[in-house]
Amino acid sequence: MSEAALATRGLNMRFGSLAVAQGIDISVPRGARYALIGPNGAGKTTLINMITGLLRPDSGTILLEGQDITALKTDARVKRGLARTFQINTLFPHLSALEAVTLAVSERRGEAGNWWRRLPDYSETVDEAYEILASMQLADVCLQPTHSLAYGQQRLLEIALALATKPRVLLLDEPAAGVPRNESSALFEAIARLPDDITVLFIEHDMDIVFRFASRIIVLVGGATLMEGTPAEISSDPKVREVYLGSSHTGGAHHV
Amino acid sequence: MTTATESSATKPSASVDPRAFLKRQTRWSVFEVLFWLATLSPFFLFETYLSLASQIAITALFAVSLDLILGYAGIISLGHAVFFGVGAYTAGIVSKYGWGEPISGLFIAAAAAAIVGYLTSFIIVRVQHLALLMITLGLGFIAVEIANSADWLTGGADGLLGVETWPVLGIWDFDLWGKTAYGFALVVLFILFVVSRRLVHSPFGLSLRGIRENAVRMPAIGAPNPRRLQKVYVISAAIAGVAGALLTQTTEFASLEVLGFQRSADLAIILILGGTGRLYGAIIGAIIFMVARDQLADMNPQYWYFWIGLLLMAVVLFLPDGILGGLTRLVPARWRKP
Repeated sequence: MSEAALATRGLNMRFGSLAVAQGIDISVPRGARYALIGPNGAGKTTLINMITGLLRPDSGTILLEGQDITALKTDARVKRGLARTFQINTLFPHLSALEAVTLAVSERRGEAGNWWRRLPDYSETVDEAYEILASMQLADVCLQPTHSLAYGQQRLLEIALALATKPRVLLLDEPAAGVPRNESSALFEAIARLPDDITVLFIEHDMDIVFRFASRIIVLVGGATLMEGTPAEISSDPKVREVYLGSSHTGGAHHV
Repeated sequence: MTTATESSATKPSASVDPRAFLKRQTRWSVFEVLFWLATLSPFFLFETYLSLASQIAITALFAVSLDLILGYAGIISLGHAVFFGVGAYTAGIVSKYGWGEPISGLFIAAAAAAIVGYLTSFIIVRVQHLALLMITLGLGFIAVEIANSADWLTGGADGLLGVETWPVLGIWDFDLWGKTAYGFALVVLFILFVVSRRLVHSPFGLSLRGIRENAVRMPAIGAPNPRRLQKVYVISAAIAGVAGALLTQTTEFASLEVLGFQRSADLAIILILGGTGRLYGAIIGAIIFMVARDQLADMNPQYWYFWIGLLLMAVVLFLPDGILGGLTRLVPARWRKP
């Protein structure tokens, strides 16, 4: 295996007396599809926030394709190919979907600082944004303001915005959160169609989806990695069953 | 993104043409052309009001500068008169000490305001909400006190006397009737409006709206928010400086009032009355505010704020997009820009 697309070394972080990350070491190889699972409050979103630079770990390092990015700001990490989506829609309500994705594309192409040329004159940028929207089945609604889109479409726009940055590593924080079960697998089909060279790490609670779309699974409990393995290994592991999948016969089992 | 979907899904469907959509937003509408033609009417119809018209044009330019940061980038300021004042005093001082050429005076004033804007921008882009209001308010107070104590330069509380503005291009002298004053102010307003209009339709303008809409998402799509905000803040300061310089040049006087809190507060009122984030709202707001004040000037000057207070509350409650936003809703949808 060549060097990992994304790795963390000994990430620690506390919110007051609460340890939200305790020596987290993960390593995601290029092109892999990893799922990050764990009970509520396990620190999954916190880990993504640290990896993307929204939160600063107390100690530890984050490596993107072997390079230390721990000190970089979020936008600098994005420029190096690390993008994310948000569990709660974090969109631009009064921009049309087209404008939002065009904005992300023009940021990537280094055009967003230009204040003299008109937006439609950047025809390649606009066309690329439209292609991304079309690939997410949003072509027909892309001229509507974001706030008027259906919830499921807004979830797709979350992903479209991340894709517009041309990520090499994509972190998806519960991409199907709030989406009805029958629609969520369609959303994951769209994710599964992403090019093989994009490395994906996603948080998801629906175990059927996790087992279907993840090549490997990381289990996080109380801010620490409990174990990592293939779906088969995870589903048969007694420890995981106890803390996460909710085996009821052991006396110490706790439901968080 | 795979080749299979690319061939089928990326052909623009008949109903959606993304480039045409964006182009439509940048095109000059017939309303805009009519509006700018109407700005010429004071020369023919209201000749006795030409000096008022030039005051309105100056205030409108000042309001456009605030709209760039408030309406587009979401930076609330209660101290924008600082830049107006820096421009006003710079133009006045340059003129007092022997260089009364108005056009280069505007450039010098713009540069001075831009420098002050750049220096203060480092604090501005790092705070939000209440802290931002207090910082801009504080900067305004500091600016007044500096201008007051540097009376050897600014004339202090007596105001800056001895300003003399040379004829524009050596041809048009600033007359008592305000014909040149309005013509000059209107041309400058129009040029800087076109520049601002271009700015808001650029990728940079879109990124400002992005910051206003969601400052958290912007870094996550690779945008350096502080740098963008600093840039628009400096541009806005420069334009406010030009407005201030115009006031000094056309009235040949500058006093502490040019950078006071009252001016900053009035400006915020003007912009909110007219409607933020649409440039024309700034101009409409300036016209309504200045004309109303002029018409009610016979009354107790305090009393006039009674009506402004009432109007402000009514607009905020019933026309959240400002008066211009309310007017837009009267226009049939097919004439409206998307």
